[in-house]
Amino acid sequence: MWTWFHKLASPPHFYRIAGLTIPAFSWAAGLLVAAGLYGGLVLAPPDYQQGEGFRIFYVHVPSAILSMFVYATMAIAAAIGLIWRMKLAHAVAAASAPIGAWFTACALATGSIWGKPMWGTWWVWDARLTSELILLFLYLGYLGLRSSFDDLQRADRASAVLAVIGIVNLPVIHYSVVWWNSIHQGSTLLTPGAMPIAMKWPALCMLAGFALFYGAVLFVRLRGEVVRRERSAAWLREVLVK
Amino acid sequence: MTPRQKRIWMVVGIVGGVGLAATLALQAFQDNLMYFQSPTQVLEQPIAGERSFRLGGLVEPGSVTREPGNLEVRFRITDNVEAIEVSYAGLLPDLFREGQGVIVRGKLGADGLFVAEEVLAKHDENYMPPEVAESLRMPPLIKQVEAGGA
Repeated sequence: MWTWFHKLASPPHFYRIAGLTIPAFSWAAGLLVAAGLYGGLVLAPPDYQQGEGFRIFYVHVPSAILSMFVYATMAIAAAIGLIWRMKLAHAVAAASAPIGAWFTACALATGSIWGKPMWGTWWVWDARLTSELILLFLYLGYLGLRSSFDDLQRADRASAVLAVIGIVNLPVIHYSVVWWNSIHQGSTLLTPGAMPIAMKWPALCMLAGFALFYGAVLFVRLRGEVVRRERSAAWLREVLVK
Repeated sequence: MTPRQKRIWMVVGIVGGVGLAATLALQAFQDNLMYFQSPTQVLEQPIAGERSFRLGGLVEPGSVTREPGNLEVRFRITDNVEAIEVSYAGLLPDLFREGQGVIVRGKLGADGLFVAEEVLAKHDENYMPPEVAESLRMPPLIKQVEAGGA
């Protein structure tokens, strides 16, 4: 198992594997999102209370889950990079940050659009909304900190510490609706029976599709990171010239 | 200790330290992080008349009355233990109805009437098709009719 792991961490091996994985992930993500959108926007029945308006759920919830999942991935990769001095792990964290920031922005924007008709407001300084906004600032802070170093190794280490610190925000986001009175409702997907299967399966399709989309974009960006970091390596010249 | 073990403890220390600091800070600001207060909380610790705050709960069924000729609406917000009378003049969100969760922002007068400046609706995590909701409401409706007839 460890040899497999060490092999994956070697840039030439990873570069090749990623090239094979990207098309598979992209196609699977496209099909799942298409099925999820059709299921969610056409097949699923309207909600008894929110009518057709609840369908923004199918974009909002997967975006929000991914915004946190990507951060967790980034923070764990950053910790691995700090502890084992693994360059590819730092590259995973660096490549994840912009993707996670966009998922967070999507979750905030769709939440705001949803909040206006249902709650009666675009934005409130509620624990859930505010902690998700802090997540966006953590991503932006991470990207800003990285770009302020010319030296790649120093950028990796400094930004990794910030990524690791920020992981404290994830349980706060998740439990904000449990710990405090909030305008935001609890988790639908984690509450058994909160949603009938006819409404739930498109959401799960979208979630899987978004996760695979993250995987595909991450690998594309990682290949770019590897090329940048290994630009003087002999193996890369061989691969690119071929 | 090897350098690698040192680095492991450094990461554990950072996460643990920041986690502890965040926990203490959130504990200290517990009351301020509550987006709204329930009628029971408000009646236990009344907030001075001039301060605006948010009150949340369910619109008590049967309590909504409207003034003819203007936008003023009166209703009671309940947490099924205590209830507070609210008056509001303005447009209500679409989801506003009896039995719905709402959050109102305003001031509690000395007469116990809460004058709201803003009314927000709250919905829960349950979703279902209209037919299912209809069938779930049937039993209480039938009981009410029977009780009224008897």
